[in-house]
Order: sequence, then C-alpha cells, then structure tokens
Amino acid sequence: MTRIQSKFHELKQAGRKAFIPYLTAGDPDLATTAKLILSLAENGADIIELGVPFSDPMADGLVIQRASERALRHQVSVRDCLDLVKQVRLHSQVPIVLFSYLNPLLSLKALGQALREVGVDGVLATDLVPEEAGDYLAEMREANVDTIFLVAPTSPDARLKRVADCCTGFIYAVSRTGVTGVRQSLSQSANHLVHRVRRFTELPIAVGFGISTPEQVAAVWQHADAAVVGSRIVAEIENLEGHEHLVERIGALTRSLVGKP
Amino acid sequence: MENYHLPDEGGHFGIYGGRFVPETLMHPLDELTKAYDAAQRDPEFHTQLQHLLTTYVGRPTPLMFAAALTRHLGGARIYLKREDLCHTGAHKINNAIGQALLAKRMGKQRIIAETGAGQHGVASATVCALLGLECIVYMGTEDMRRQELNVFRMRLLGAQVVGVDAGSRTLKDAINEALRDWVTNVETTYYLLGSALGPHPYPAMVRDFQAVIGREARQQILAVEGRLPDLLIACVGGGSNAIGLFYEFIGADEVRMLGVEAGGRGLQSGDHAARFSGGKLGVLQGTRSYVLQDDNGQIALTHSISAGLDYSAVGPEHAYLRDAERVAYTSANDDEALAAFQLLAKLEGIIPALESEHAIAEVIKTAPHMAPDKIIVVNLSGRGDKDVNTVMPLVMNQ
Repeated sequence: MTRIQSKFHELKQAGRKAFIPYLTAGDPDLATTAKLILSLAENGADIIELGVPFSDPMADGLVIQRASERALRHQVSVRDCLDLVKQVRLHSQVPIVLFSYLNPLLSLKALGQALREVGVDGVLATDLVPEEAGDYLAEMREANVDTIFLVAPTSPDARLKRVADCCTGFIYAVSRTGVTGVRQSLSQSANHLVHRVRRFTELPIAVGFGISTPEQVAAVWQHADAAVVGSRIVAEIENLEGHEHLVERIGALTRSLVGKP
Repeated sequence: MENYHLPDEGGHFGIYGGRFVPETLMHPLDELTKAYDAAQRDPEFHTQLQHLLTTYVGRPTPLMFAAALTRHLGGARIYLKREDLCHTGAHKINNAIGQALLAKRMGKQRIIAETGAGQHGVASATVCALLGLECIVYMGTEDMRRQELNVFRMRLLGAQVVGVDAGSRTLKDAINEALRDWVTNVETTYYLLGSALGPHPYPAMVRDFQAVIGREARQQILAVEGRLPDLLIACVGGGSNAIGLFYEFIGADEVRMLGVEAGGRGLQSGDHAARFSGGKLGVLQGTRSYVLQDDNGQIALTHSISAGLDYSAVGPEHAYLRDAERVAYTSANDDEALAAFQLLAKLEGIIPALESEHAIAEVIKTAPHMAPDKIIVVNLSGRGDKDVNTVMPLVMNQ
C-alpha cells in the first residue's frame, strides 16, 4: 500500500473524510514551502497536493498562475520540488501528490523512479489523459507511485470508466467546468459527478476546483471522500507574503477549513 | 511519400500530435471531431464553404509569376501564391470560414479565438460578423501594441478583444487564455483555433481548410508551366499556411519543400522562434511537438519581428514531416525578413506581411543557386499593411 492508500484506509476505519490542501512549491520560496507542508499536516491536512510550477498553466485560474510566476522567478524546477519532498520526509510521513503539467514532469529522466526515491506518493498531470498515458502508467506502476487523473462534469460514462481504470490512490473529480479558483457557491454538478463515478470504482473520490470555505468542505464530505482546497490557501499565502507569521496563519486557515477549533 | 493518411484516429502524426488537455475538454473534442467528420461527408457543407470562398474570400487567389524578382535573383523562376489577396489580407480566413460554418452547424453562437499578428483575429471577427456570431479574441498585450491596426479592425468588426498580460504577452499566452475560456464555457462556446496546432482534431482540421492553397497552386502551375514546381517555400509559425501549401504535394516526391522559421535576432542569440534549431520534444497547449524550452521543461520566450511567427511550438505535422525528411526547415532572421520586405515592395509592388517575408528571404538565398528552368512556388501568406508601423522606424534608421 502506498501512503495515500494507507491514509484513506485509516480514515475509513475512523469514519472520517480527507482534507487535501494545495500549495505551489517555491511560493514564496522553497524553505517556506517546506514549513508550510509541515504546518498543514499538523493542522488537519491528510494529503498534500504539491504544485510543480509551470510557465503555461492553462488549467489554472489567476491565483495559481501568479503563484507559479512567483516560484519561477527563482527558477524552481521539478528537481527542486523533489529535494523539497526529501527534506519534508525527514520530519513527516504525510502523503504527497505532485500536481503539475506534463512538460515539466517530462524534463526528469526516469520520472517514476525519481519520485519514488524521494518519497512522492502520487502524481497528477492536469493535461494528461488516459489516451496518452500508456508509457507513463507503466512507469508509475513499476515505481509504485499512485496515478491520479481528473474526471469532469463533461465526461460521459465511458470516459469515467476509462479514467477510473487508470487511477490508483484516488480519483479527482473537477467540481465544475472551468479553471482552478474560488467560487461563490459549490455547484450541484459536483455531487452528481461523484455519484456517477462511484458506479465505476471502489477508489476514494476527491472533489476540487473552487472549494474555499469550511461550509463547502463539509458539503463535499457529505458525498465524496476528500475535499481539495487550492486557490483559497494560495491567495492567503500571496496576501501574507513577507509576513512573519505566515506559516502559523496558514496553519490556522487549515484548521478553520476542516472545522477544527 | 505515398499513401500519406495522417493523423491516426487519436490525432497522432507518428509520435507527435495527440491530445494533452484537461479532462473537461476531452468529450468536447470528441464531439468536435465527430461534427467535423460529418461536415466533411456532407455535400451541403462543401457547397456552403465553396460559395463563401468564391464570393466572399475571393478564391481562387492568383498564382503570379514574379518576373522582376526572378530577373533580379537570376536563378529559378519564382511564382507567388497570392494569399495576401484574400479578403482580410491573409490565408487565415480560409480556416476561419470553415470552422465558423462548423460552429453554426454545432449550434454554438459564441466564438472565441486567439491571435498573434492579429490576422486570425481579424479573420475570425470578419466571419463572425458575416454569420451573426458573437466573437471574443484573446491577444497578448505585446502583440496588441505591435499590431494596433488589427486590434482596431477587430473592434470595428464587432469583436471583443481581450488583452492577455501574462508571460511574453504574445500568441502563446493568448492561447492559454483562450483555452481557459473554453474549459469554462465549453457548453456554449466554439474555440476557433487559428493554426495547425493544439489538440486533435485542430491540426488536421486547420490543415484541411487551408489545403485549398496547395490544390489551387497545383492546378495553376500545371496550367502555366505544364509541370509541378521543383520547390515550395512557406514560413512556419504554427504552420497553417505552410501545411496548406504543402499538403497537396506530399505525395509528389519530385517537389521539394522548405519551411522557414523565425530566426529573430539570430539563432546564437537565443532570441528567436526556430523550434527545429533550438527546441526539443515537448508538450504544449494540447499537442506533442518540437518546443522551445529550458532544461526544466519551462517554455522559453521567443522573439521575432513578426508576431505571427513568434510562438514556442510548431504544429505537430511539421515535426513529423521533418523527421520523415519530406520537408526541410530553415530559418530567416529579422534583418533578412526586413530586407526582403523592402525588396519585394520595390521590385514587385507588393508589401507583404513580415511573416511571409521570411519565406521571401529564403527565396532570395536559394533562387540564385537554382537553374533558370527550375520553378519555385512561394506562399505569400499575407499582406503587410498591418506591419508598416513596425517597419517604419527600422527602415528610417537604416
């Protein structure tokens, strides 16, 4: 079992749902990202989605685009992200999923092995779909790294099945059509999608894109196994750039999102 | 190359092409592919398209013997395929009309497009005005500055031009923004992509709509010369005008083909858009091809005097044709393009687009080394009115 699979198993035994926050590696800098990961883990994160910055993040809204730009201002690479995970692993066993686009990931030779060695547990490339994933899947299976793919409200049943068959660890359901970013209200299409996906898989289902409040997290947990919050946290990191209590403040935000006192 | 039938069902040209998009777009791309296939089999669609190409675009465009340029260079006989005479001033409208008709068939009223030089944006805005469709054009703010006139033209035509202030503020960034719009509004919106790029079916569909250039050129050269040309030359940004000219001739092995990329300030400088010289295999904006990038897989910024060639990736079919050694690729730098701009204006009375001037720059290098009985057909993909503002200070400083 990977750390991700163990985590969902453990949560299920405890009758709990998972909280998955997203951070862009290197925003505002790599040392702070390491501290943020540990803080998130201590304050209610069950799994961390670690964004590898890319120059052309076509699936991301403005908040995460700007985070990528900030990270790329000091040339944060995939290798840096792996070094970061290696550092974190000295202190924490929190499951970590790399979240990026295919092109930066492909810059690493023997990607699967490299992820495995530093303790990355899963990987999601937003612009990779099962049709193009043959070699990638084989490589990740070989390295025992979970492969997470997106399903969307626009995916017909045949695609849901095809995507589910390629996933290990969990499936990531996009709450609504669109890019990442905070939304006022959680769309009904998310619940509907979760129920449709359930017919094709036993895997845990995470819902993300546009979830930003404790109420929305709780609402996602009614139907799905995990809630992903990205832009809300990244926006707070942006607002607090240079603030001496940045890490504590993000920890507090995490607690409030999961409904902890 | 005989029996050339690419792409395959998944949109692959060998190892290139395919679909690299967020899942949200996969089903819409399947639907687009189906709608396009159905349209292609429907004689009514072809009748509509042909009618507009004839009565609105002004096709067929002439194939003109460039007598003065031929005399000046003292080598091969040079013919210009005059896409600059298309309505709106460039080949881009061939594709824009085809896709806009398709959008109407699919019941989509909202059209989005990206543009670099502004020619595709103007073509899209024009066709949307004609067909009564809403049109939103994404354009990098650097390109808006360089192509101010085209921005104004689009707005006159009723389109909304949205400036994109990210990255290099050029074509690549405009495509990102158009993709973000599409993924958000996919139910109601048709993405009218302007070059032979992006996820399947775009590279094949854009090629097919542009292939009218080569079909006409073939008939026209046979009519005047009684044989096929020895060499075809076209500039390559994304590669739609080039594949449009080349496609008809892929099976005719005696016809050599040459694509010309933007050499910018020179290949050594790093400030260029010559993907085949400085790029490597990568995935950008939905397709796998040659991409200018750094060692960490971050997309490199490009430079060219011509906004239309200023793009980090090349259409996947070009990458395939290069590997197959069916088409050769070279580059011309800013200065060479500028010199060609002035030469063609003086000798032939034609002010071509800076993009097309990269092809003419290659003609200037190649034609003198070819025998006078050889024939070159060069795609003059657009006219240069839009570039006069860019060129004026450069020429005055010479």
